Formats: sequence, structure tokens, C-alpha cells
Amino acid sequence: MLNRLDDLLNFHTQALRVRDQRQQVLASNIANADTPNYKARDVDFKTALQGALKGAGASDGMTVATTARGHIAGNPGMNAQTGLLYRTPAQGSVDGNTVDMDAERAAFADNAVHYEFNLTRISQQIKSMLAVIQG
Amino acid sequence: MSLLDIFNVAGSAMNAQSQRLNAVASNLANADSATSANGEVYKAKQVVFAATPMGEDGATGVSVAGVVDDPSPMKMVYDPKNPLANEKGYVTMPNVNVVEEMVNMISASRSYQSNAEMMNTTKTLLLKTLSLGQ
Repeated sequence: MLNRLDDLLNFHTQALRVRDQRQQVLASNIANADTPNYKARDVDFKTALQGALKGAGASDGMTVATTARGHIAGNPGMNAQTGLLYRTPAQGSVDGNTVDMDAERAAFADNAVHYEFNLTRISQQIKSMLAVIQG
Repeated sequence: MSLLDIFNVAGSAMNAQSQRLNAVASNLANADSATSANGEVYKAKQVVFAATPMGEDGATGVSVAGVVDDPSPMKMVYDPKNPLANEKGYVTMPNVNVVEEMVNMISASRSYQSNAEMMNTTKTLLLKTLSLGQ
């Protein structure tokens, strides 16, 4: 039962982690909007989420080999570098910076809304589970 | 938790932008300073930004790599009555380009605003995360 509960919440938890990661990458882009030669980056959400879901599913993701009794079975979860790509600049700039402030801020707002969506979904799932448990 | 790193990233960017604003302020204030405490004419200062890794998973903040003197040539103003004038009657004035500095100022303040807004958004998200399941 508890395992199922975990499965129920797992999808949005993983999505939340990827959103969290992406938010940070976008924040780095906005922060470095004036840094010469800085290349804007972004997370390929689809790939990253697939990677995270695989990692969370333990058996089919890459796991750390445990060869001695004291070893801890590591769960790779989401790798920070999964799906982290460089953005193709729409308009180049003289100082080699590829941050497009409008695109970055739009993506930042979009990602924030999606993050909230995932939070709301988890809340609703918890509420409906509680309703089932309490009758 | 990557969201917590955003505070560091935005904070470092705000710090760098405020240093840039500081440089702009000294440049504009000294646009007409023909001499200074060491007897030299004032040279425009420019702040150089550099991307710096922060935290363990790819967060990139901004740091100030250094403050450099503007290499552009000094302005020569003809003013023979000035005690600092050379034998031909020219006074060396700072190489501050007021228009460029004004543009720099607006750019710095906009970037600062963006980062402050980013911090606010992140704060809202974190607070919502904290109240999850309530």
C-alpha cells in the first residue's frame, strides 16, 4: 500500500525536481545577462524528466554497484547534467553572450507556473488520499 | 534543493550590478575632474564581470573579475587660463563618455531589477513548497 502511495506521488515529485533544476539554470542565465562570453543554457525538460523517472525507478536506472556488505545502495536520481544544453542564440551579441533576456524571463515565469502546478497536483493527490483513508 | 541556490546566484548578480552602478556613479561624478589627490587626471573605471560556479549542481553566479581603467584616449580641452594647461594651452580632461555611462546606468539598474524579481518569484515558490500538503 505504502509503495503504491509512493508511486502515486512519484511522477509529480520527479517533475518538481526537474523544474527546480531548470529554475536554477534559468536563474543563472538571467544573472549572467551582462557577463561577456557567457553561454545561456537550458534543461531539455522531456529528456531530464525521463531520466529522473528512470533513476527513481531504481532497477532500470544506473545504480551504484554494492560489492561489500557496508556499501550503501545509491540512487542516482536526476543527474544535474541530464539534458542540460546550450541555447541557440536568436541574435548574436558583440561580447559573445548568448542570453536573450526576454526569452529567459518568459521561460523563468513559465517554469515557475509549472512548478506551482506540480505542487498543486501533489497537494490534491495528498488530499484525495486522505479522503480515502479517513472515509 | 536548487531553488535555494537561486538566492546565491541572484544575490551575486545584484552585488555585481551594484558595483557596476558604483563605477558609473564615480565616472559621472568625476567627468570633469582634471586632477586628483595624486595629481593625475581621472580615468574612467569599468567593471569586468565573470561567470562563477556556485553550489554543486551547475548554478552559475556573477563575480567582479576586476575594475579596469578605460583605455580610450583622454579628452583635450583648450583652456589656456586653467593652471593645469600645458604649454599649448590644452588641459587633459577625463576620458568619461557621459552618454555611454548613462546607458550603462540604465542597463545596470534593469539587470538589478530582473534579479530582484527573480528572488521574489523564488521566494514565493519556496514558501508554497513549504506549505505543501496543508
